[in-house]
Amino acid sequence: MINQNTYECPECTHLFSRWGHNGLAFCQLVGQAMILNFRALLLCPRMFGKKSRGEVIYQLFFTGIRSLPVISVVALFIGMIFAIQTGIELQRFGQEVQVGGAVAVVMLREMGPFMTGLIIAASVGASIGAQLGTMTVSEEISALQIMSIDPVRFLVMPRLIGLMVMMPLLTLYTNILAVAGGAIIGITQLGVELSAYLENVRLYSENKDLYTGLLKAMVFGYIINMVACHQGLTTTGGAVGVGKATRSTVVISFLVILVTGFILTKVFYG
Amino acid sequence: MIEFKHVKKEFSGKPVLRGMNLHVAKGETISLVGASGAGKSVTLKHMVRLLEATSGEILIDGENILDQQGEDLSRIREKFGYLFQGAALLQWMTVFENVALPLRENTKLPDEEIDRRVAEVLEKVGMSEAAEKLPANISGGMQKRAGLARAVVTEPLILLYDEPTSGLDPVTSRTIDGLIHDLQKDLGVTSVVVTHDMISALTISDRIAMLHQGTVLEVSPPMEFLHSKNEAVRNFLDSQCISSNFFDEFPERKLT
Repeated sequence: MINQNTYECPECTHLFSRWGHNGLAFCQLVGQAMILNFRALLLCPRMFGKKSRGEVIYQLFFTGIRSLPVISVVALFIGMIFAIQTGIELQRFGQEVQVGGAVAVVMLREMGPFMTGLIIAASVGASIGAQLGTMTVSEEISALQIMSIDPVRFLVMPRLIGLMVMMPLLTLYTNILAVAGGAIIGITQLGVELSAYLENVRLYSENKDLYTGLLKAMVFGYIINMVACHQGLTTTGGAVGVGKATRSTVVISFLVILVTGFILTKVFYG
Repeated sequence: MIEFKHVKKEFSGKPVLRGMNLHVAKGETISLVGASGAGKSVTLKHMVRLLEATSGEILIDGENILDQQGEDLSRIREKFGYLFQGAALLQWMTVFENVALPLRENTKLPDEEIDRRVAEVLEKVGMSEAAEKLPANISGGMQKRAGLARAVVTEPLILLYDEPTSGLDPVTSRTIDGLIHDLQKDLGVTSVVVTHDMISALTISDRIAMLHQGTVLEVSPPMEFLHSKNEAVRNFLDSQCISSNFFDEFPERKLT
């Protein structure tokens, strides 16, 4: 499933040689993760098959519905915090009515997918990394291979679908709640009329902002699955290894989401 | 049936198998014994290519498994049933679902037929009562029996056992030995058993292979093994207080 012939850094004392060898090992890891996730993507047409249907539905439920409570709280408060911070500054110029537009644009373009990505990486991604890591060290993955059950089809593909389908939907939900949070602050703290707030949201939001935000969310879902499944399926070293895999899943996902988010923003708005 | 030809395996430059040669005949039960780190489990994993050999050939019914990919590798693996050291049951499935899994995934049998075969095999290993329990809610011995049921439900030609009695109390260990022996008799499969437990090896095996530093030191039937003159074999037997007269002292152990 994952090539066992991993690149082994030869023992060398020269600093630049070590960097070079570490770089090669890193490239191999990235390549493995990309191939693993791409294989899962190619298997997606089989998601409606009798063997995969149940697991796909469970992953959609696990990623989407189970994440709603934490997403709801974070989204509402992000919207409120952002409305307070921008509202205070806008009030100095008598432009507090513009707060709705500011919240909507920031959430749709950047903060919606970004915050959702971070929350899902820390909750669902960590859970996938830990579960697959435990399965790897307890030889459950080996058992699947011996039973001629492809772990990519059985485990990785349903999780990929769960994340790629649910991330845009959760991002949409985050955006709506954040705008609602902004409205609460706008009305109660800044004295903005609800109709004026909504009119501003409508005025400044563009379809492009929504679509690029949702596309970003889908890409982030792909990234979280790629990192989590690769970390989980390459776990070694028992309970300590599972802990490391879980931590690496969250840290690497955060970093890759950040960098990819920047690249996509540059592509669409740069 | 299974043949190792000069198989070598290294982990990070450290040799574990040093040119191993081993032949397992069709229908026989062979136990691999030896100290920790001798390469027993590594040998077993090579038989189903869970590990890649550094060099050599591993022939399964004349086909070198190291040359196989994709569907061909799956076809060879379908000949095997494998009982893992920790049973390796999927934790979110019940015992029944675990045993049914290979049939649901790899066959087109109707659900009623799958249910019937799973119930039959669970009955055989004495696990009918625990069929609806999750693996986390049953004991280690029961997990091993469930793992054994999953390994045999597809009616494989070869059964591989990785430490089937490790971590179990002596009474449960002997129950598992009895089960392995009965399954062997009923199904007529070829079996390879990795074990530290000499009583288990002497009880269930047609031949015992002693592994030492990545090679096969001695292969012989249990009676000859007990009387081996090899120093490493003698030390291994002495360490478990097994005397040459084991079967005279404990005639009830003789299952084969």
